[in-house]
Amino acid sequence: MLKDITLGQFFPGTTIVHRLDPRIKLLLTLAYITALFLAQGVVAYALMFVVVLTCLTLSKIGPKAVFRGLKPIFIIILITVVLNIFFVHGETVLLEYRFIVITREGLYNAGFMASRLIMLIVGTFLLTYTTSPIALTDGLEQMLNPLKKIKLPIHELAMMMSIALRFIPTLIEETDKIISAQRARGADFESGSLIKRAKAIIPLIIPLFISAFRRADELATAMESRCYHGGEGRTRMKVLKAQGRDFVALLLGAGLIVVIVYLR
Amino acid sequence: MHMLKTESLTHVYSSGTPFEHVAIYDIDFEVEKGEYLGIIGATGSGKSTFISHLNGLIKPTSGRVLYEGKDIHESKSFTRDTRFKVGLVFQYPEYQLFESTVFEDIAFGPKNMGLSASDVEERVLEAAGFAGLGDQLLKKSPFELSGGEKRRAAIAGVIAMRPEVLILDEPTAGLDPRGREEILRNVMNYKNAHGATVIMVTHDMEQLARAVDRIVILAHGKLEMQGTPAQIFSQDEALSALGLSAPKVTLVAARLRALGLKLPEDIYTTNMLCNALKELKQSKGKGESVRSNPGGDDHA
Repeated sequence: MLKDITLGQFFPGTTIVHRLDPRIKLLLTLAYITALFLAQGVVAYALMFVVVLTCLTLSKIGPKAVFRGLKPIFIIILITVVLNIFFVHGETVLLEYRFIVITREGLYNAGFMASRLIMLIVGTFLLTYTTSPIALTDGLEQMLNPLKKIKLPIHELAMMMSIALRFIPTLIEETDKIISAQRARGADFESGSLIKRAKAIIPLIIPLFISAFRRADELATAMESRCYHGGEGRTRMKVLKAQGRDFVALLLGAGLIVVIVYLR
Repeated sequence: MHMLKTESLTHVYSSGTPFEHVAIYDIDFEVEKGEYLGIIGATGSGKSTFISHLNGLIKPTSGRVLYEGKDIHESKSFTRDTRFKVGLVFQYPEYQLFESTVFEDIAFGPKNMGLSASDVEERVLEAAGFAGLGDQLLKKSPFELSGGEKRRAAIAGVIAMRPEVLILDEPTAGLDPRGREEILRNVMNYKNAHGATVIMVTHDMEQLARAVDRIVILAHGKLEMQGTPAQIFSQDEALSALGLSAPKVTLVAARLRALGLKLPEDIYTTNMLCNALKELKQSKGKGESVRSNPGGDDHA
């Protein structure tokens, strides 16, 4: 049941989008978000839409996966749309009924905000759908490397992040198992008052914490017995190296921002 | 009437998505009251999915599970009742311990049944007795116990519900030989005292051969073979086709037979082989080829 959660889910693949350097993809996502917030007018939005659509097609991510990713924020989009329709007041009044005033500007705004939100989400999960969590943290670590100069423990932070990401599926599986085991002893997680249900979580949360600590302990031992001692002098198995296609992608990203700014 | 019965039980995970996976397919199965049944199957054969159906934790995609002739999903309250009547002990059950004392943890199931405090206490003490947990252990925190004790405490937590059917998923995995023996004995004691049905999932063929009345083999989500240990273990080729084999000691006995020793065919445990060899020694009065064998037994 818990397995259905998409949490930065990665779809392995070999498309051009998958093969791009994760650092470049991070930069491009930043560029894309910047462009999205700079975009004004129908033409700019249409251009952004074409860009997202092209990337989706290139990465071979099906519409099903896209809709699944959008599901959790559906309510937020709905609220945004409703608020904009009813509370943005412009000059061209389309409908007036007592205190309800709907103007053309309100409708426009609602449309723009909704498409901006949708494109924002789709664009960012394009990154997590096509980049493995490990590659992502690797890329992040290297991009943040300059910050080591001001004594920020970048390698340690990146290691913590990859471990956390690595253990999300494991913990979800574990939770499923414990839920089953306690339900087999008659635990009831679904009915009763709020307080009763909060109490019912104790038999779930305690074993889960214990197993998380146990795993952490085991992992620490395993890392230490292989002489892990942090980032100093550590080499990597996969060295990130930007290639021709990465620079082309970067240029395209920069071009997008220029065009969007020009369209303002 | 059958205690538990399944009719063309099928379960499909993530149906309708690219990750669709048929875990079990068209399983017709029944178990009688008081029977001791063993289930074997390679990893991924659907054993765990199958047993989770038997107490209603998972709903079948199609087919039915009947408890004493009644569909366990007939009503919500009956599904819940079935949970208490069909006790399920998962793999590594010690990871489900959570209370501050062993006593409290064993009491979790009976309390959920809505029993009075005195009934709960009676059941906890009884279950602790079956699991061989003494009074001073009951007052301890479950996290202070040794591995074997934790396992037995967790099993006691299910026994305390006094299930009519006790299902155990590899209850002896990861324990030392003594811990294994203790758990098997505990289960047998409970079965004898309450006339309960026991279903045990295991990889240990010899364990099965020693205790169970009937063996069911699952492979690729289907029920492939069933029968008494003797019937199953005599079909060596069919077993190896499923990636399984008869107990090692049976293979040792077959080798010895091939070397010319007159051993019976139905040898499934180390004890049986020892006894057969002793008999042979007595009847022949000489023991050169016999004496070299106990070493082989140990490996089994």
